[in-house]
Amino acid sequence: MDKFFADFSEMLANPKYFNEFAFGIWETLYSTVIATAVAYLLGLVLGVLLIMGERGGIRPLPGPLMKVLNFVINIVRSVPFLILMLCVLPLSMVLLGTKIGTPASIPPLIIAAAPFIARLVETSLRELDKGVLEAAQAMGCTTWQIVSKVMVPECLPSLISSFTTAFITILGYGAMAGAIGGGGLGKIAINYGYNRYNYAVMLVAVVLIVILVQIFQSIGSRLAARLDKRLASGGRRAFKKQIQRDKQIPGAM
Amino acid sequence: MIELKHISKVFPTAEGELHALTDVTLTIGDGDVYGIVGMSGAGKSTLVRCINLLERPTSGQVLIDGADLCAMGQKELIAQRRSISMIFQQFNLLMQRTCLRNICFPMEIAKVKKADAEKRARELLDVVGLPDKADAYPAQLSGGQKQRVAIARALASDPKILLCDEATSALDPKTTRDILRLIKDINKRLGITVVVITHEMAVVEEICTHVAILDHGRVMETGTVEEVFSNPQTEAGRRLVYPDGVHIAQLPAAKVIRIAFNGGSSYEPLIASLAIDCGVKVNILGADTRNVNGQAFGTMLLGLPEDPPEAAKAVAYLKNQPNITMEEVRDYHG
Ligand SMILES: Nc1ncnc2c1ncn2[C@@H]1O[C@H](COP(=O)(O)OP(=O)(O)OP(=O)(O)O)[C@@H](O)[C@H]1O
Ligand SMILES: [Mg+2]
Repeated sequence: MDKFFADFSEMLANPKYFNEFAFGIWETLYSTVIATAVAYLLGLVLGVLLIMGERGGIRPLPGPLMKVLNFVINIVRSVPFLILMLCVLPLSMVLLGTKIGTPASIPPLIIAAAPFIARLVETSLRELDKGVLEAAQAMGCTTWQIVSKVMVPECLPSLISSFTTAFITILGYGAMAGAIGGGGLGKIAINYGYNRYNYAVMLVAVVLIVILVQIFQSIGSRLAARLDKRLASGGRRAFKKQIQRDKQIPGAM
Repeated sequence: MIELKHISKVFPTAEGELHALTDVTLTIGDGDVYGIVGMSGAGKSTLVRCINLLERPTSGQVLIDGADLCAMGQKELIAQRRSISMIFQQFNLLMQRTCLRNICFPMEIAKVKKADAEKRARELLDVVGLPDKADAYPAQLSGGQKQRVAIARALASDPKILLCDEATSALDPKTTRDILRLIKDINKRLGITVVVITHEMAVVEEICTHVAILDHGRVMETGTVEEVFSNPQTEAGRRLVYPDGVHIAQLPAAKVIRIAFNGGSSYEPLIASLAIDCGVKVNILGADTRNVNGQAFGTMLLGLPEDPPEAAKAVAYLKNQPNITMEEVRDYHG
């Protein structure tokens, strides 16, 4: 316990730690942002394919193709992240010329997260009423128009929620990547806490990760709620007002 | 003109093949308001979905102005669909778009210029009587208002044909009447052919010119509404026209009926239209009616014809009149 407090006061006194935490936050953020952006794009494409390509979907794809797609997604999802990361690091070597450091952890993060995001997107898109898709087809939409003008915009609030989940999951994975050469807050926690028994630094690193998660979760939730015109808070207030107004007009529907 | 030729639709299900439609042949003329009625599960929705090929018939042809939809490629089919609009029981509006942008949607996908589309959408909001709802979201509207927006959206592409699948089934009676009036008005003013799917005969009576009766995936009878309603030829037709089971054999228990007017139009036109619409003459045995501001109140005793089918027709006709209640008088002694 004494060591903990000693470490703690040393940490506060030494600006080296401050710089290290600031750099850790930066590394964690940029790797998470890049990995999430790319993985979400991949996951979105895969999720849309899963929904539109299934039997009874808006553009059914050949059954064997769908089976392979589902199989690959399930396999990648079921491999534990650290093992997947070790398998994919050679790819980082090819792409970036190194297996160590924050950039090297990004390709494994993308590959690990994309299939997971594909399932999240699939779930989001499944919420859309079949009738709406049917109406769009009846109006003469092309497949691309249905995807871009109906599916994605109608499911936007839910897609934003799944984006938030993806972001936070990737942030967590990124921290794990600290164990095998990745950078960021995860590396700081492991380096100091696990390797040098400096639990004060580890604690602060973990708290910083928790704070980041909280911030992004609440931004995501708020954005999703604000954009949802079905029952968004703004919408709901307007909705109540509208009902009251309608009640005052005799004969209004 | 819509011609359905020998349409069959078979759904493969776990319990084997389900024949939803069997050899359906129908011709729907330009400008008609064509009702397709039948019990639940008769195949009405499947049939109307065949008209724009949301459902591809297992066999048969769908001809729109002579062009066979089933033989078309995706591009041509999409072009055809843009001239066939559809409204639904559940409205199916885009919930994340305002009413105005919902109405713009068909024009947006047809690449109409945005400013032109918005101008047209505002005109259409006027047509359906919701000029102040342009910026409201569908979640803020009542069912009837949602259906009005859906109708405006359906009109946005200047369609030749409007398909209505149970468009009023989720609405209350008054709203139903308003929406039906709007549809009829659109048919009259724009000359759009309307196909109305419903299980309610009242809807057919209100707006249709022609009707087809569908039962277990087969067309049982077709004709003008007057023909089919005054004299249904088949059991399925009679079941729908006389839902309360005024069977010909069962009727002439009473040769005299008492009708009560609860504020409809007065009695002379009723008796006259009974003669004209059904060709049935009744005797007025007694009357105690008053006209209040042009509305009739009171009761009247009518003597029915001896011929049982004739009497049945008259009873069925009277039953379907609004603002009239009817009872049989069993012990009338003239
Ligand atoms: N996609 C489908 N797969 C299997 N069976 C189907 C499918 N669609 C419809 N059916 C069956 O076809 C028959 C006709 O259905 P349809 O929806 O056309 O009836 P309906 O006359 O519209 O009935 P309702 O008045 O209840 O809407 C029903 O027995 C239904 O179960
Ligand atoms: Mg139906």
